[in-house]
Amino acid sequence: MSEQTVTSDHHGPAKGFMRWVLTTNHKDIGTMYLLFALVLFFVGGAMAFVIRAELFQPGLQMVSPEFFNQMTTMHGLIMVFGVIMPAFVGLANWQVPLMVGAPDMALPRMNNWSFWLLPFAFTMLISTLFMDGGAPNFGWTFYAPLSTTYAPPSVTFFIFAIHMMGVSSIMGAMNIIVTLFNMRAPGMTLMQMPMFCWSWLITAFLLLAAMPVLAAVVTMMLMDIHFATSFFNAGGGGDPVLFQHVFWFFAHPEVYILILPAFGIVSHVIPTFSRKRLFGHTSMVIAMIAIAGLAFIVWAHHMFTVGMPLGGELFFMYSTMLIAIPTGVKVFNWVSTMFKGSMSFETPMLFAVAFIVLFTIGGLSGLMLAIAPADFQYHDTYFVVAHFHYVLVPGAVFGIMAGVYYWLPKWCGKMYNETLGQWHFWLSLVGVNLTFFPMHFVGLAGMPRRIPDYALQFADFNMLTTLGAFMFGFTQLIFLYIVITTIRSGKKAEQKPWEGADGLEWTVPSPAPYHTFSTPPVIDAK
Amino acid sequence: MKLSSPIALVGLVLFMFSFGIFILPPVYAVFCEITGLNGKTAGQYQGEMVAADSNNRTITVQLVANRNDNLPWDFSPQHEVIELVLGEQLQTSFHVVNTYNSAVVAQAIPSVSPSEAAPYLHKIECFCFQHQPLEASEGKSFPLVFFIDPELPEEIKKLTLSYTLFDITNAQTVGMLMPE
Repeated sequence: MSEQTVTSDHHGPAKGFMRWVLTTNHKDIGTMYLLFALVLFFVGGAMAFVIRAELFQPGLQMVSPEFFNQMTTMHGLIMVFGVIMPAFVGLANWQVPLMVGAPDMALPRMNNWSFWLLPFAFTMLISTLFMDGGAPNFGWTFYAPLSTTYAPPSVTFFIFAIHMMGVSSIMGAMNIIVTLFNMRAPGMTLMQMPMFCWSWLITAFLLLAAMPVLAAVVTMMLMDIHFATSFFNAGGGGDPVLFQHVFWFFAHPEVYILILPAFGIVSHVIPTFSRKRLFGHTSMVIAMIAIAGLAFIVWAHHMFTVGMPLGGELFFMYSTMLIAIPTGVKVFNWVSTMFKGSMSFETPMLFAVAFIVLFTIGGLSGLMLAIAPADFQYHDTYFVVAHFHYVLVPGAVFGIMAGVYYWLPKWCGKMYNETLGQWHFWLSLVGVNLTFFPMHFVGLAGMPRRIPDYALQFADFNMLTTLGAFMFGFTQLIFLYIVITTIRSGKKAEQKPWEGADGLEWTVPSPAPYHTFSTPPVIDAK
Repeated sequence: MKLSSPIALVGLVLFMFSFGIFILPPVYAVFCEITGLNGKTAGQYQGEMVAADSNNRTITVQLVANRNDNLPWDFSPQHEVIELVLGEQLQTSFHVVNTYNSAVVAQAIPSVSPSEAAPYLHKIECFCFQHQPLEASEGKSFPLVFFIDPELPEEIKKLTLSYTLFDITNAQTVGMLMPE
């Protein structure tokens, strides 16, 4: 590798389509990850449109209940595994080497493979829509025996797609860990590492520990379906509740995988536009490590109603509430960073501030759900849907938006249109709250999730939700327009377009050259 | 070896996969057996026989027969409700008739409610987890002998032992069902 870097200034990317197939460049792969996530964002969004159109009025008017179930399942799977996770990996691919002063990711060929698994995995997953018996219809949590005994035949394709996504994420996570441990610029200690890199280091370890458990649970499903084992089949002496335990043992760390990198992004955007250093760097790192550790001992709070002994309910209730402490530390640190700062509100900052406010609302409804006796009322209602959409849409997705607007000038060397960016933000903000806030009310009133029809008293709130969902969805076309026009005809961006920005990525020109940091940068001791 | 070396990371992945598939399910089974968490009863009782409770403490035992997927079999207990002195052995039976016009293989799965009582129900003779081949319209009586441990917590006054009968004819032909 080191021999090549000598001449690296003189060769650019290869030409044509094969550049993208064969590339081992972290910037190319990061771009592909981000574009892949953007495409699937609209695919998953179209499925949400089908769901919300059906729920616009009570009664069945647009689609059959079977197809509705396929839509809720595919929407969840695509948004989690096809949008948020690849978008974060794309951001990591672009930013991690730039932020730690490394020439590329540590394992570039594996990086290429981990991206190229994804299009095939999702082609396989989406192709199930056209199969006999339809796509998976058992919800993104695919509880057995719905996903085994009573599943459509396409479940086997679903299982293999999940396996491929898992392999891809695991390889991506390994790459990031090896890069961060071995390729930091000389003199950069672990604690000096930028917060986005820290958040990804912790996320990567969560991925390595959680994704294999997902692989295990779908493998057990495969055995039950095709090889007559009885892991989850009560008829053979198995236990369907075991499925829920193994699944949530994976899926609770998974939900932190979906939010920790957003914490990292916000921890860069807030200080930049407050023109202050991040308040409490060390406590931010410790808080994230604490959240990651707690992630593995709280899984059964998703299954309070499954029939647990009182001791179990109490343990999972208290351990879940404990998570509010490190999360609170982070929220207070962001607010303290803004306190007495010289703040300005460019688009990334708007998304980051909205992230703090709306993610906290999502966290608060999470605390309500953590109360075991109350959860019996909320379980599987729209209150749960409101909760996790508040942490995933104005949480994770707004975090990604903030990161994209923040680093887009560095990636393509052009500035986005600030006025359009502000329009995108404000319309998204109104849309997202109009969509998800009324869900709290219908949920508390008892509207169950994953049902295509509902009682008449929920009609008004559902109509508002549907209007908000269409507003939010169409607003994202503005984002698409902004990204395209920025790349094609944006104004030239400076090397450091944000006055208060700090970090190694702003020491390279805009757009970042194809090869950066061929010689490691000098880190001045702080 | 450093924690961040690729081999250590691959090792972590392989460990977590084996953990999910080879460790979690057996640990869960043992955990449930100890705590009675999922209402599963232990296998055949191997311990010593105990004398009947000297205070003549009694418990109401309800026996329930279920058919999975509403299979068209007749399946019913000989006694539906029994008042029983703790430690006293009870012999009863469940009766099943295969109303299909072809042979089937059935298997009964037991469950105890409340689940806290499961560890105190000791079965001396049981038909659960056994392959039960039944010819068309053949009837059969499944014997059940059990007693309730006198150590049963005071607050439990009533327990339900339910058997659910599953059709495992197809699983049987594959020949890969879990060993009895």
